[in-house]
Amino acid sequence: MRATLVAALVAIAAIGGACGGAAPAGPNPSGSSGTITVFAASSLTAAYSAIGNDFKKAHPAAMVTFGFGGSSTLVAQIEQGAIGDVFASADQANMQKLLDAGLTAEAPRVFAQNHLEMVVAAGNPKHISSLADLSRSQLVVVLCAPAVPCGRYAAQALHDAEVTVKPASQEADVKAVLSKVALGEADAGIVYATDVKAAGAGVQGVSIPPPLNVVADYPIAVLKDAPNATLAKAFVSYVLADGQRTLARYGFTSP
Amino acid sequence: MTLDARIRASVGAFTLDVELAVAAGELVAVLGPNGAGKTSLLRALAGLLPLSAGRVTLDGAVLEDPAKRIRVPPEQRPIGLVFQDYLLFPHLSVRDNIAFGLRARGVARATAMAEASRWLDRVGLPSEGERRPASLSGGQAQRVALARALATNPALLLLDEPMAALDASTRVEFRRDLRRHLESFRGVRLLVTHDPVEAVAMADRLVVLEHGRVLQSGTPAEVTQHPRSRYVADLVGVNLFRGRASHDVITLADGGSLTTAGAADGDVFAVVHPRTVALYRTRPDGTPRNVWEGRAVDLDLEGDRVRVRLAGLPSIVAEVTPAAVRELGLDRGDRVWISVKATEINVYLA
Amino acid sequence: MALPARSQSRARPAAPLPIVILAGAGAAFFIIPLIGLLLRTPWASAWHELGSPEVLAALRLSLLASFSATAIGLILGVPLAWTFARLTFPGRSVIRALTVLPMVLPPVVGGVALLLAFGRRGLLGSWLATAFGIHLPFTTAGAIMAETFVAMPFVVITVEAGLRSMDTRFEDAARTLGASRWTVLRRVTLPLVRPSLVAGAVLCWARALGEFGATITFAGNLPGRTQTTPLAVYLALETNPDAAILLSLVLLAVSLAVLIGLRDRWLGAS
Repeated sequence: MRATLVAALVAIAAIGGACGGAAPAGPNPSGSSGTITVFAASSLTAAYSAIGNDFKKAHPAAMVTFGFGGSSTLVAQIEQGAIGDVFASADQANMQKLLDAGLTAEAPRVFAQNHLEMVVAAGNPKHISSLADLSRSQLVVVLCAPAVPCGRYAAQALHDAEVTVKPASQEADVKAVLSKVALGEADAGIVYATDVKAAGAGVQGVSIPPPLNVVADYPIAVLKDAPNATLAKAFVSYVLADGQRTLARYGFTSP
Repeated sequence: MTLDARIRASVGAFTLDVELAVAAGELVAVLGPNGAGKTSLLRALAGLLPLSAGRVTLDGAVLEDPAKRIRVPPEQRPIGLVFQDYLLFPHLSVRDNIAFGLRARGVARATAMAEASRWLDRVGLPSEGERRPASLSGGQAQRVALARALATNPALLLLDEPMAALDASTRVEFRRDLRRHLESFRGVRLLVTHDPVEAVAMADRLVVLEHGRVLQSGTPAEVTQHPRSRYVADLVGVNLFRGRASHDVITLADGGSLTTAGAADGDVFAVVHPRTVALYRTRPDGTPRNVWEGRAVDLDLEGDRVRVRLAGLPSIVAEVTPAAVRELGLDRGDRVWISVKATEINVYLA
Repeated sequence: MALPARSQSRARPAAPLPIVILAGAGAAFFIIPLIGLLLRTPWASAWHELGSPEVLAALRLSLLASFSATAIGLILGVPLAWTFARLTFPGRSVIRALTVLPMVLPPVVGGVALLLAFGRRGLLGSWLATAFGIHLPFTTAGAIMAETFVAMPFVVITVEAGLRSMDTRFEDAARTLGASRWTVLRRVTLPLVRPSLVAGAVLCWARALGEFGATITFAGNLPGRTQTTPLAVYLALETNPDAAILLSLVLLAVSLAVLIGLRDRWLGAS
């Protein structure tokens, strides 16, 4: 009699344990838990860090780690097998590479837009007011390398404005361009409007008028082999919804 | 041509205080234990060790005088230095080594090489010119070192223990060669050694150096017969005492006294040859004025003699035959009676 | 006493197994990535890729900059090494530590330091710009400076060790033979430390060739002017992996050739 009871209890415990030990089968009604890694373009650094904090307040059980870098660098790493849950790119072209390689879990969606802005030293000592000014021979101008989205957009804008610029350097990412101008090594550079907003008092922006300016679409997608797809999807949804306010605060525009 | 040197120099805590005069034609050997300052003396004469006081003059020309701020650098002194471990330039051939000094002084390559070849013949190594120093034997290397130093025709030749690194048989041969070369050398020669045999065999005059100071100077005979330091006494193998003489009694500095045959007053050295020390089992009766009891500390068989080291007042070394030791039944720690005849004690003023 | 026959028959001692295993793992750690590189190389398009102007420019610039950096490293580094090895003066250990610092500093930090010194607003750089119109950042000269900064310590360290370990009495002997200090240096000291000179120069050149962080920070990245091979590889990796792999292979082949060629010198250093 007692043996049968014990056997039954053991059986119940075993079944219960098996159920409990399995990975969560469906979305948790309160949100999600766990950890996700988000790869994001370096121009999203400040905005996404803020979004990460807000997301954690909304989902206390969640942990978000960010990997910021040049979009093309991140793509190369993901292609080589870097493990992540979400990718937010500074341009469509890089996201397309992942799409073509079948490394995204879903169709990417544009969550923000950015446009270009010229960055100069505070006080604009060299009196730069338009793209044409960048072709002045005594100016030291730095741009992003053509492989980086920012560099491609800048090249497009300069082409449309029919301005030829001889850059002193083609930096590997947009933050490097900003720091060269901030350090005083370069007189001007072309970066994103969000970068100028995020930069400190050492620099100021010179806007590029809309017809010449290039709009950068920022797509986001969950990666195919995301370790925590559920939380990843929740993050993407957050960015597309509540995150929009934060993005606007940092200078991004809505798609 | 003379070398006149009054040298006061320091190497760390060690001070060298030497006064020396050497004339061309006399070979002076500086003898002393390791650490006496012999190499420092040569380095000071060569200009490698600056003087703190004194003066060095060679053939009337002042080489160094700190008081007058005169200091001729080594490369401008007419010197040749033969080092103890040869110090032949390992990356140059034998011929290039010998020619180095000439080339350094601006002699044309062809002339220097010809001169080097001449020297190779002179030191008996005519076909070794292209070899590297590493492939030479000790004796060959020393000959090359000598040739290298002599090739520049120096006025002062300094030899730093030239035979110390050679084995016994090579040494004998080299000493003969060296004598021959030195005899034909016209300048001033100074040889430094810690080997008394070498010093006595080669030198016209000995200078004994200890703790940076000259203890005595004289012909080899003078120095060995009248040692003025334990070092020389040990070298020669005699007992040396220091004391204060009053007529025929010397009160010894280390305790005890000796009665001598002579009459002297003041600070004196007294030399007693071990051979003249007699040992007895019982207190002897007889003429010896010096009789005292001691204890045998050590017995050393040297050749066909036994050297007995005795502790007493004073302590002394005796040299007796093995038969005598057997007869006395003498063993380490045994008490014996020691006697020395007054006439056997050699006394001279300190 | 005669040795037992068994131990006499072995000509060489057998290597202990743990050492063999560890050494094998160490070798594999270096060899496997290189094999991976060789296997992924697009041999078919190799010639075409290597002939492209950007690749050639990067290679040419790398060779120019690395050899220039080595030359400067020797001209400035050998006297510096001699000073540290032969002279004593107050503050010597501090200055010595500073000159060796670039070896342990992250290269980017070195680049920033160079900017602060020689940049447009830098300590010396601003003066050079206003007084002589000399600009160093974003120039080939700047790239050479960045490489020299990180690579010269190798010359200093190696040559200083060589000078310290040599018997200075050879210099004394030379002086007594009539050689001036300059002649002693030329005909005795430097020949005697030649193995250290060679090793130092090779290490310096190899380090300069592979330099990335300081170069991109101080000199920037511009094809033909400051884009050395490592920078080209980094940027090509994202857009043109084949070119990146080929460039890496060329760098590897050149470095390997030099290192193998001078192996005997190193092993033969006395």
